[in-house]
Amino acid sequence: MEAVLFYIFAIGVVVAGAQVVLRRNPIYGAVSLVACFFFLAGIYVLLSAHLIAILQVMVYAGAVMVLFVFVIMLLNLKEEELGEMHVTTMKGIGLAAVLVLVGFIAWKALTPVQFARDMAVNEQIHGFGGVKAVGNVLYRSSVLPFEVTSLLLLVAVVSAVVIAKGKI
Amino acid sequence: MRRVDTPGTGGYFPRPQTARLKANDEGIAMDSYLTPYLPILVLLLLAGVMCVAITFFATVLGPRRITNIKEAAFECGSPTTGDPHARHSVKFFLVALLFIVFDVESVFIYPWGALLRDLNGDGLGWFAYFEMMSFMATLAIGLVYVWRKGALEWT
Repeated sequence: MEAVLFYIFAIGVVVAGAQVVLRRNPIYGAVSLVACFFFLAGIYVLLSAHLIAILQVMVYAGAVMVLFVFVIMLLNLKEEELGEMHVTTMKGIGLAAVLVLVGFIAWKALTPVQFARDMAVNEQIHGFGGVKAVGNVLYRSSVLPFEVTSLLLLVAVVSAVVIAKGKI
Repeated sequence: MRRVDTPGTGGYFPRPQTARLKANDEGIAMDSYLTPYLPILVLLLLAGVMCVAITFFATVLGPRRITNIKEAAFECGSPTTGDPHARHSVKFFLVALLFIVFDVESVFIYPWGALLRDLNGDGLGWFAYFEMMSFMATLAIGLVYVWRKGALEWT
């Protein structure tokens, strides 16, 4: 059951991710990215990271994608502006890099490791990955990173205003 | 550090005890831990069936009398004015960006709200309260900055 679901989600992520790169029309790319996020959320569920799975759908597929679509609407590229499909040296290098990476991961993944599976099962403690489990780690032992996150968000707010207001 | 896996702290997806006892028996363990997602699966299936069924029956049963007026592009019943594919102002982008920042803030508040009662039970109630208040105060500085800069004004 788990293996079947994993293959469905994993193939979905790879196909949707490939569509993001290969589609000429940026809107199709954005919609493919949404599909990719949903499949990725499924994989998070299989890893029993329940909170992350929900946030993946709500924040990434919901909010961050709105930002991407806004950028596409701002640029609003016409068909002729998109240009023709060109095969360049850089794209060739990119393809080669992808093949090398996939080959390396496949080689590592197919090397038998005895203890990995049992270890994964043992670490699945009760309620792991739920809202309360994540909150317990976040608000009890990771107070400083949590507070630093607010500074990071503050920097994002300020820089967004500086960049956008400077140009208008 | 207090262990988070003590029985009773539950979590939102409490797994039946059998799942842990039979953790090596893959089929049973996985099925029981994915059981909470069954309603979501049913919902997705229903949504898919509805989409296909509505499209299918509308195509098969609905009358098709295409006229020029029906095929014309329109906006809320009135004729379109200007280029429908006009470029949008960068002001929308700023609003979207600010929305995401405060959206991420609310993401952090949610687990805190779910956990506050437990934290209070462990004598960490005020600590957790001020922890979140300082987090929100930092972001309130950002809000004040945005406000004072006039970034919320639609000029």
